[in-house]
Amino acid sequence: MKQSTARFALTALTLASTLAFSAFARAGEVEVLHWWTSGGEAKSVAELKKILEAKGHKWKDFAVAGGGGENAMTVLKSRVVSGKPPTAAQVKGPSIQEWAKEGVLTNLDDVAKGANWDGLLPAVVSNVMKYQGHYVAVPVNVHRVNWMWANPEVFKKAGAKIPTTWDEFAVAADKIQKAGLIAVAHGGQPWQDATVFESVALGVGGAEWYNRAFVNLDASALNSPTMEKSFATLRTVQKYIDKDAANRDWNLATAMVINGKAAMQFMGDWAKGEFTAANKSPGKDYICVPAPGNKGAFTFNIDSFIMFEQKSADAKDAQRALASSIMEPQFQEVFNLNKGSIPARSGMSMAKFDQCAKDSSSEFESSAKSKKLVPSWAHGMAMPASAQGAMFDVVTQFMNSNMTPKAAAEKMAAAAKSK
Amino acid sequence: MQSFASAQAGAAAPAATPRRSLLDVVELALPKLVLGPTLLISLIFVYGFILWTGWLSFTESRMLPRYEFAGLLQYISLFGNERWWVAVRNLAVFGGLFIFICMAFGLLMAILLDQRIRAEGFLRSIYLYPMALSFIVTGTAWKWILNPGLGFERLVQQLGFSGFTFDWLVNPQMSIYTVVIAGAWQSSGFVMALFLAGLRGIDESIIKAAQVDGASMPRIYWSIIVPSLRPVFFSAFIILAHIAIKSFDLVMALTGGGPGFSSDLPATFMYAFGFTRNQIGLGAASAVMMMMTVAAVVVPLMYSELRRERRG
Repeated sequence: MKQSTARFALTALTLASTLAFSAFARAGEVEVLHWWTSGGEAKSVAELKKILEAKGHKWKDFAVAGGGGENAMTVLKSRVVSGKPPTAAQVKGPSIQEWAKEGVLTNLDDVAKGANWDGLLPAVVSNVMKYQGHYVAVPVNVHRVNWMWANPEVFKKAGAKIPTTWDEFAVAADKIQKAGLIAVAHGGQPWQDATVFESVALGVGGAEWYNRAFVNLDASALNSPTMEKSFATLRTVQKYIDKDAANRDWNLATAMVINGKAAMQFMGDWAKGEFTAANKSPGKDYICVPAPGNKGAFTFNIDSFIMFEQKSADAKDAQRALASSIMEPQFQEVFNLNKGSIPARSGMSMAKFDQCAKDSSSEFESSAKSKKLVPSWAHGMAMPASAQGAMFDVVTQFMNSNMTPKAAAEKMAAAAKSK
Repeated sequence: MQSFASAQAGAAAPAATPRRSLLDVVELALPKLVLGPTLLISLIFVYGFILWTGWLSFTESRMLPRYEFAGLLQYISLFGNERWWVAVRNLAVFGGLFIFICMAFGLLMAILLDQRIRAEGFLRSIYLYPMALSFIVTGTAWKWILNPGLGFERLVQQLGFSGFTFDWLVNPQMSIYTVVIAGAWQSSGFVMALFLAGLRGIDESIIKAAQVDGASMPRIYWSIIVPSLRPVFFSAFIILAHIAIKSFDLVMALTGGGPGFSSDLPATFMYAFGFTRNQIGLGAASAVMMMMTVAAVVVPLMYSELRRERRG
């Protein structure tokens, strides 16, 4: 009799203690959907995981590789439709507003006011993170898209000068081609075609026209002589791309510049990671300059996390901790050092960053003041995905047929109407 | 077992007619019970979701599904979409050529292999092997082979024919034909296996009788053997047609949609618009159009074949 009561007491005690401990360990769990699966990117995500776990929350990784986010977005849609959204998802640009319109995002204003996000982000950036005036997303980094990456050795061999305008570009590219080298390294994929075209258009038309055409989708700005001139300039650039460019991946094009086979590439600052991985140093082995005609202008591509409405209090706490951690200096510095972008949070010390990042950061601030800070439409920051996809079709069609610039401008105006 | 059961039944109810026991009922109903769940699942997940997609094609769904009826606007915008017509034309070209080449090559290889040659088993395995590869592997390998700077063109140029070009992969007009090449390479072996099995099932006596009558071998093949392979043609056509319409991974790996969107197919179109571009309604409309095309081809064919079987 005594033994059984003793055993009963022991069992009861064990059960009670496990319940107590599990309640203690049940700090919030954070499930984050992203597609940062390559080397440097995965390291950066690991930093966020460390910070969050140090605050006592659990991190449940939800990485969906591939397609530049296409697969992740498909998975996200199915999760939301089935009523079990993750805590946060890597979504950027106008898609943030589209998700908010569905009514599934949570309000981050309390975290934002507490940490003064309005004061730490330029208005152009914080507007993207808001829906109807309330914060629904938090920015992680700032990529600059309108860079030109050049190999100074190739320019010296051809006796050409680094171009600052599109006219100078044609002169330099001619010299490089005559020297038997490839002037522009490019991959013939729709998003790369659009990335080059975007820098060309900004250089030809200026920031004010760019905003009217690609952000406001104003038909008179889209079907205009400026647009025709942009396409005509794109034709000129196309002359200097090698004929094997079809479907080439962007990093293989960067490799052509690294190996001295090509002179320049128009690509965002994630290309810097390739140079760094090949042990090249900025200023000596490669230089980063704004694309021709883009001096003083900054085309931004900001990765951000949207936060979904959570049901349990623990999950809500963990989500708040995630949102505030992302904007804190510690995470912003470590993440961006690993990824090759610059912090979204202003006023940070850029001492640990390399020269290209320092240039990027100072231009980010100066272009915000001079109103030349524009969203990258080729990377989903300026218009809804349907219009962006339709414009991709126009640009890539233009580059793969003998479409006239006039026809292309008309098609751009029609593409903007895509719903 | 049966007699015991019926004896029990007889003992239980003193009726004139023997009553069926529970075991009999179960035995009769067993096939239906076993197939029941599968049928139900197919009904819901295949036909139910086809209907759901059909409904979505009549709505204004963008990023997430909506269910309010919106008329034919998605179909109107689909038929006004230039890229859709490129995809449809590509499907006709790719589907037609792929099926024709696979059947022709498959039949030819089967007839040649049927000649009682020595290493038949070994050769058969080699020809069938490409089918074991996934379309992604096929697409990637052929992308390298057909790349002008890396593959076939460079090889021939280095052999001395410096003026040789084979840049179909990067040519917007010809890129769809590269998909045909890769697809036919993959599937011909499978069709060959089908025809070989069919050839082996033909009655020797008919052929002997024809030879006695003095018919030449080509004539025998053309007039006797090939017509008797009719069911195999039908099966091969159905399988190839479904592979052709389903082709998504081959296109994505080989050309990524081609220079621009010149080698787009309805399957890649549907994926791009349905998921990437947040235009689910338009993607659903294109999926319904794909299904209608398949039905228009397959349903009359099946009807005529099944009617022929029932008659003969």
